[in-house]
Amino acid sequence: MTSRPVKPRSFQEIILRLQSYWAEQGCAMMQPYDMEVGAGTFHPATTLRSLGTRPWAAAYVQPSRRPTDGRYGENPNRLQHYYQYQVLIKPSPPDLQDLYLGSLGAIGIDMALHDIRFVEDDWESPTLGAWGLGWEVWCDGMEVSQFTYFQQVGGHDCHPVSGELTYGLERLAMYVLGIDHVMDMPFNDPNARIPLSYGDVFRQTEEEYSRWNFDVADTDVLLRHFQEAEAECEAILSQPHDDPKTGKRIVMAHPAYDQCIKASHIFNLLDARGVISVTERQAYIGRVRALARKCADAFVQTEAGGYPAP
Amino acid sequence: MPNLLIELFSEEIPARMQARAAQDLQKRMTDGLVEAGLTYGGARAFSTPRRLTLAIEDLLAESPTIREERKGPRTDAPDKAIEGFLRGAGLTRDQLETRDTPKGAVYFASIEKPGRPAAAIVAEVLEDTIRNFPWPKSMRWGAGSLRWVRPLHSILCILSTEEGAEIVPFELDGITAGDTTRGHRFMGGEPFAVTGFDDYAAKLKRAHVILDAGERADHILQDAQNRAFASGLELVEDRGLLAEVAGLVEWPVVLMGEIGADFLDLPPEVLQTSMKEHQKFFSVRNPKTGRIERFITVANIETPDHGATILAGNQKVLAARLSDAKFFWENDLRTIREKGFEGMAAGLSDVTFHNKLGSQADRIRRIEALAREIAPMVGAKPDLAAEAARVAKADLQSEMVGEFPELQGVMGRYYAQAAGHDDGVPEACEEHYKPLGPGDAVPTNPVSVAVALADKIDTLTGFWAIDEKPTGSKDPYALRRAALGVIRLVLGNGLRIDFSQLAPKALRKNLSAVYSSITDDAGQIPLKEAFDEDRGDGTGADLYLALATEPTSGDGVAPDHPGISGRAADLLAFLHDRLKVHLRDEGIRHDVIDACLAMEGNDDLTLLVKRAEALADFLKTDDGDNLLQGFKRANNILTQAEEKDGVEYSFGADVKFAETPEEKALFAALDNAEPEIAAALKSEDFAAAMAAMARLRAPTDAFFEAVQVNAENEVLRRNRLNLLSRIRALCLSVADLTRIQG
Repeated sequence: MTSRPVKPRSFQEIILRLQSYWAEQGCAMMQPYDMEVGAGTFHPATTLRSLGTRPWAAAYVQPSRRPTDGRYGENPNRLQHYYQYQVLIKPSPPDLQDLYLGSLGAIGIDMALHDIRFVEDDWESPTLGAWGLGWEVWCDGMEVSQFTYFQQVGGHDCHPVSGELTYGLERLAMYVLGIDHVMDMPFNDPNARIPLSYGDVFRQTEEEYSRWNFDVADTDVLLRHFQEAEAECEAILSQPHDDPKTGKRIVMAHPAYDQCIKASHIFNLLDARGVISVTERQAYIGRVRALARKCADAFVQTEAGGYPAP
Repeated sequence: MPNLLIELFSEEIPARMQARAAQDLQKRMTDGLVEAGLTYGGARAFSTPRRLTLAIEDLLAESPTIREERKGPRTDAPDKAIEGFLRGAGLTRDQLETRDTPKGAVYFASIEKPGRPAAAIVAEVLEDTIRNFPWPKSMRWGAGSLRWVRPLHSILCILSTEEGAEIVPFELDGITAGDTTRGHRFMGGEPFAVTGFDDYAAKLKRAHVILDAGERADHILQDAQNRAFASGLELVEDRGLLAEVAGLVEWPVVLMGEIGADFLDLPPEVLQTSMKEHQKFFSVRNPKTGRIERFITVANIETPDHGATILAGNQKVLAARLSDAKFFWENDLRTIREKGFEGMAAGLSDVTFHNKLGSQADRIRRIEALAREIAPMVGAKPDLAAEAARVAKADLQSEMVGEFPELQGVMGRYYAQAAGHDDGVPEACEEHYKPLGPGDAVPTNPVSVAVALADKIDTLTGFWAIDEKPTGSKDPYALRRAALGVIRLVLGNGLRIDFSQLAPKALRKNLSAVYSSITDDAGQIPLKEAFDEDRGDGTGADLYLALATEPTSGDGVAPDHPGISGRAADLLAFLHDRLKVHLRDEGIRHDVIDACLAMEGNDDLTLLVKRAEALADFLKTDDGDNLLQGFKRANNILTQAEEKDGVEYSFGADVKFAETPEEKALFAALDNAEPEIAAALKSEDFAAAMAAMARLRAPTDAFFEAVQVNAENEVLRRNRLNLLSRIRALCLSVADLTRIQG
């Protein structure tokens, strides 16, 4: 950081700079997972790959859905659909903090001018049966990332430990670009032939989904889908490891995990619809966690999960 | 003698753990060193967000050599015995010494354990300390198995003397100890080597790290006060926040910023809580108006623009946070305008308090009835107490308390005011949670006291109704705190409350709640066996069935039903236990409390404590102590005589059989004291009763001095025993002195 970094001009430029920075650090540039998830952690490139002994390094953007956070596109900071940038490196390298700070430099945050702080924030995902220790990273009092050393995922101790970085892209970008309302943020370059704001891209969808999430989604159907996903997940995992057709050993951890993701998202929708009571809530979370555990158990039985153990 | 310097350099240690960790490092290291024979002159420990440091002065350069002498077998003992002795001592025969003893020539072994150099011992103790460090939460990282609070990066470990510094050879899971460290993350420059503690602290300061957390806190406090003062304002001091912030920075830079004008009308508690909880800001107040107008934030870096960028960023984050708070405040006020404050509470019927005790709304109804009943006992108007109870928890449904749970009660006061409640109702909304701990003030406003008592008594009787009592260290519903709250409310306000009346009524209401929560959807009572199992002693089923006969009013069960009276007695015993703990903290001995607990009316805590205090004071006097001895002597003589004769001596002492002047004097003294004490007790003037008792000391002492109780003459003996029984009865009417020790 000898020369002062050039400020990015748009939301997408920040994403592009993060992509090229982490590519330079040797991460595999993954693409978003093609299912609805609540956070980048749910991507199998994080959840499943943090299990087992095999080294791993990946980075990706993950569109994330939090139905209860919908505000019809009116709130300057809250969205039911937003983007997370996710980095997972296993084993966590000793200079992960420095690598992370380098990424802030790459998107135009000048360390000499800003106050960057690592403030205790331990991460726990009750639905994934996962926890880790780390910090939320503050830039001038604003939380810009979550930094976690995974200790347990799906009920399994992590050996080796993965280092996980999660950036809330909209919030980070708004800060870097000096924007007060997310919908006003330039999505592409403001000088582009057709300049588009975040609002141009997402205001309407925020409205549509807010209405559907809160008032229209058919809760009976959702409840049924939840049960079906749960049943399918269990059914997949109850299959014998050896495939009778090919004669190969094929443990179907990923298809089962898809059903777990599905159940988790349906639970979030039901929650937004307000049909889950406080006591039921815990029970639902417990059911998703049970699926996540079984998927983790299955993954460590696969080659990518380190099977057979050395 | 060398000085030892250790620094454990890691990624950011949570602020709340730093001070304790520094202490633990010091304790574990010094304990370990001393145990291995290395004594030292002094030790100090320090912490910053990235390091724990320990400096030990004047450590022994090596542990002392230990000589041990062992006596062996006689020189003419069989070879086997001698060989065994040699093996045990680790010596050869020519190393043994022969000494003449009265039993003949005997071998002696002199075993020498040579001292070990400090470096070797330090390395061992340090490894043990790091591997077994008592972090509240620790973690692994990378591919290693070492645990630390966050990844541990380097270890500095040097022993320094006048000749120079020496690195203690030490390696732990790939980290090799050295003599270098690093300064501030952004302003610290290159790593540097140090030669001792003074050099280390000085170089750290040059590298923008203040090592001592106390020094950082002092710096923050002074700078913050100065900045506030320079603007004609004052800092709202917050020790806890100061300690936390001092643990978040290595180089504190104090900045003061503006709170947007839009937000200045929010209640000061809201501004303060939002700024503290989310942003770790200090509040800055206008001393004239009491309004909070600015904030102080503490950055960890000096910047070329003197913090302008940092402050702008922080102000922006604060504005977003306060917009939320303002939004909640305005929404809440609108709800109150539209539905009233009670309307806000409507949603509490959907909030479960406990699955066996119904919803929060059910609970509020019970508290309301109880508050109405308690009101006359505390000087409050029953209608006002009931009104306050109805709205006291309404703020739990406000958006503000949803966001900031710690503002419960405070928001209740504001919202009750906004809704037009007065006459102590808004205060009761805030104060009915109090006292929260032993140090918290006890409310005195009568409406607050009525609701506070009703709230706590409902909690206690509720959990007693469902047999969820604290056990050992487990007290998930903070029932001990509730009991102490009741005790302090009663004593602090000198209240006279008859718990033997109140507790069964509250219990009955709570048992009705239990009953209604366990009837099935059709209103049928589930299986009788289920209750038997629930209660464990068979009274459960019977009680629930009795409640079921009139479940709506709950009046169908008499308070003396064993299921209720048993629980009420148990709850009273719990209150007494807590009272003992409380009074012991106030310096009243447990046997004094026991002596008073044994008296009638012990469910009136104020009376009980008055008696205990008077008794404690009395026993501290010379007269009191002597009279106690006199009482014990009288009681012993009586007890022995009663055992021997198989009768109770309690009546019929007649002065006409009195022989000696001392005996007659005691009759006279008792004749005077008895009505005096009875009158004093009646008016609950325990001090006067004790004073009257004290006047019995001289005649009692004189009596025992001059008179033989167990006289030959059976008439005289019986008369004297009956006289003693008057002393016994009189003393026991004041307190059960048999329970006093000594």
